[in-house]
Amino acid sequence: MTQSAARQDLHAGPQSSRALVINNLVKEYTPGKPVLSGISLEIEAKDITAIIGPSGTGKSTLIRCINRLVDPTGGDILFMDQNLATLGGRSLRNARRHIGMVFQEYNLLERLSVMENVLSGRLGYVSPIRAWLRKFSSEDIDKAFDLLEQVGMSQFADQRADALSGGQRQRVAIARALMQSPNILLADEPTSSLDPKTSVEILELMTEQARKRHIPVMINIHDVSLAKRFADRIVGMSAGKVIFDGPPDQLENDHLKAIYGGEDWLT
Amino acid sequence: MSMTDTKSGGPKYVPKRNWWVTLAYLAVAGYVAYVLSLFDVSGERLAAGLGHGADFIARMIPPNFERYNLLIEGLLESLQIAVIATTAGVILSLPIGFLAARNLMPAWVTWPARAIIVACRSFHPVIVAILFVKAVGFGALAGTLALVVASIGFIAKLFAEAIEEISLKQIEAIRATGAPFASVITFGVLPQVMGRFIGFTSYQLDSNLRNSTMVGIVGAGGIGGTLFAAFQRFDYDFVAAILISIIAVIMVAEGINNVMRKLYR
Amino acid sequence: MNRNVSDPSAFLEKRTWNRFTPLERTSRFLFYFVTLAAIVVSLQTIEIIPEFLLDAPEQIADMFNRMWPPDASYYPSTIHEALMETIHIATVGTLLALILAIPVGVMVAENVTQNKFLNWFARLILVSSRSINSLVWALLFVAIVGPGPLAGALAIAFRSVGFIGKLFGEALEESHKGPIEALEATGAPWFSIMMMGYWPQVLPTFWSVALFRWDINLRESAVLGLVGAGGIGVALSTALELFYWDRVAMVLLSMLVVVALVELVVTQIRKRII
Repeated sequence: MTQSAARQDLHAGPQSSRALVINNLVKEYTPGKPVLSGISLEIEAKDITAIIGPSGTGKSTLIRCINRLVDPTGGDILFMDQNLATLGGRSLRNARRHIGMVFQEYNLLERLSVMENVLSGRLGYVSPIRAWLRKFSSEDIDKAFDLLEQVGMSQFADQRADALSGGQRQRVAIARALMQSPNILLADEPTSSLDPKTSVEILELMTEQARKRHIPVMINIHDVSLAKRFADRIVGMSAGKVIFDGPPDQLENDHLKAIYGGEDWLT
Repeated sequence: MSMTDTKSGGPKYVPKRNWWVTLAYLAVAGYVAYVLSLFDVSGERLAAGLGHGADFIARMIPPNFERYNLLIEGLLESLQIAVIATTAGVILSLPIGFLAARNLMPAWVTWPARAIIVACRSFHPVIVAILFVKAVGFGALAGTLALVVASIGFIAKLFAEAIEEISLKQIEAIRATGAPFASVITFGVLPQVMGRFIGFTSYQLDSNLRNSTMVGIVGAGGIGGTLFAAFQRFDYDFVAAILISIIAVIMVAEGINNVMRKLYR
Repeated sequence: MNRNVSDPSAFLEKRTWNRFTPLERTSRFLFYFVTLAAIVVSLQTIEIIPEFLLDAPEQIADMFNRMWPPDASYYPSTIHEALMETIHIATVGTLLALILAIPVGVMVAENVTQNKFLNWFARLILVSSRSINSLVWALLFVAIVGPGPLAGALAIAFRSVGFIGKLFGEALEESHKGPIEALEATGAPWFSIMMMGYWPQVLPTFWSVALFRWDINLRESAVLGLVGAGGIGVALSTALELFYWDRVAMVLLSMLVVVALVELVVTQIRKRII
């Protein structure tokens, strides 16, 4: 699909069917050595998409290009009638408000309270002075309490984030992302720092919350079984390219061999 | 000198003989002997010094607080110098330290900021005070300005280092919410450095207080002038009174500082 | 937070959230108030003569005019020797301080010396050493041993003991128990435990503190001459008394060079050994 065709498609189609269109995305940290070499993806409005692939294959870069924590070298990212790849300044910040992100190492504000961490999801909407004085609107505070309840952290509202366990931190991070009222949720290895049981709980929480809000989720994940269990769609990446794209039940061992290489580990 | 050097049968201290280290110690000993001869140190002189010392201490006791007016006046001026210098120093250090942080600012900004910091650090506060006495005359203003310079050199440098050590993950998370730059600073940066910044400030207040009792030696205000004059007049009992008062003030300030640090942990 | 989670009625009322508890807010407010009051009072009462301030730019310009060009001939005639003396004062002073600081540091470390009185006594030594400025130490030693570099070196040493001893003591207190307990279990004598349990652990800290203090002492020893305790300060003070600003400039310039060189040396050594 060409660039203009993709854009037309996005405009023409009903807003609810395609939330995000990535078109021929290229990223080179050093010129001539692409980490992403022409990724094209269309994310449906309420899909939970898991991106799997070996370490260093550009999964993280792909996610970070979407909210422009990493600047892409080429290609388009179409989201809410805008090309994220070319935005800058205020329009980029306004676009970011609609993209929630959950990080591998939680990235909480360690020295601030859980409540302040959740409220920080509103920073894109609140003026810096009001934010500094912690004068958030009562709706925001109400919403933050609701979200803390939904992620099961309401009794920790006044604890400092550095006093929490990994699973608790990730719950707060999810609440912070949801506080943005996002139109899409990105998650960069959200369970890699967690134990297996907590990992399942966190993925359950994240997918359940996203389904409730009818927003798509893109999750980088290295655990294939978790990916198959929670995702509606699996994207397999290798060496900066998409080499598998389909529902979990179509993901065969042959695909995994192609994605990760070798086969001894499969047995 | 590791534990593996010991043979079995109870630990005995058996250093591995390292000739280079032995040589280094010999060289240091030789150097010290050379310098002491240069300084004209002899047994007689040390013995005479001990005699002088005893005499000196005898003349300090009992401390003479008769001229307490002069004493309190000088101490108050020292306190004023320290408070104003720290305040002004902190206010100026915040932006300078910020601009000097290499992880937030481009090189063309950090360079001049770092140059200011280095310039402020290169001379002892008392020497800076000499220059300010020439510029603004004798008195507390010269001392205050000198200590402002010293404060910038210290706080701005450590503040910049603290900023350079912060976790970028938190900043990344705030940027991802679409927050404007100012909010990235107040949420992503400040909470990470504020505790340390308060620590530097209270340390610098301490240090400014100590130095504010000294700048008087070159005429830049505070109790130092009184102290120096008392020394020159051999009023050693008054010297003792001044020293005791300075130490008392510094200790009280240290106590207050500790309370403040706890409050802002 | 003003909300009680276990109380169901709390869900019905408007939920509020505050960053600090009332007590925290009060103490913070008090702190701000006291700070502000101290600043305002200081600003109001400090003696500043406005005429002097107005005059300042002119005076500064005059100073720089007189300073330029620096009198280079002052370097070989006086500065060089004084500079060497300053370096000697700082180095010997630091070495003496190291020797004095070891027993005091051992005495102050509560895990090494389990005697409350000795701990307290050592702490007293450390605090008095640090509370008295090196210039005051210099004044004292000038009175005792007479003017000259010896007074300076002693002043540097007595001022540095508190600094080195405190950090050395803290390093001892933070050392790992494992190797020490292992040694104690074998019934090793005290001296062996010190040399093999503690010393290897605190060695890097000890040298890095010593290096750090040497750096500080070089700057400090430069001013001791102002009170007659030798070094480059004497040259500075002579030039100042005679208003030879071009010589003052030369002295300052030489100090700058030395400080920069020392910084270079110290960072190199730090890279090598730490």
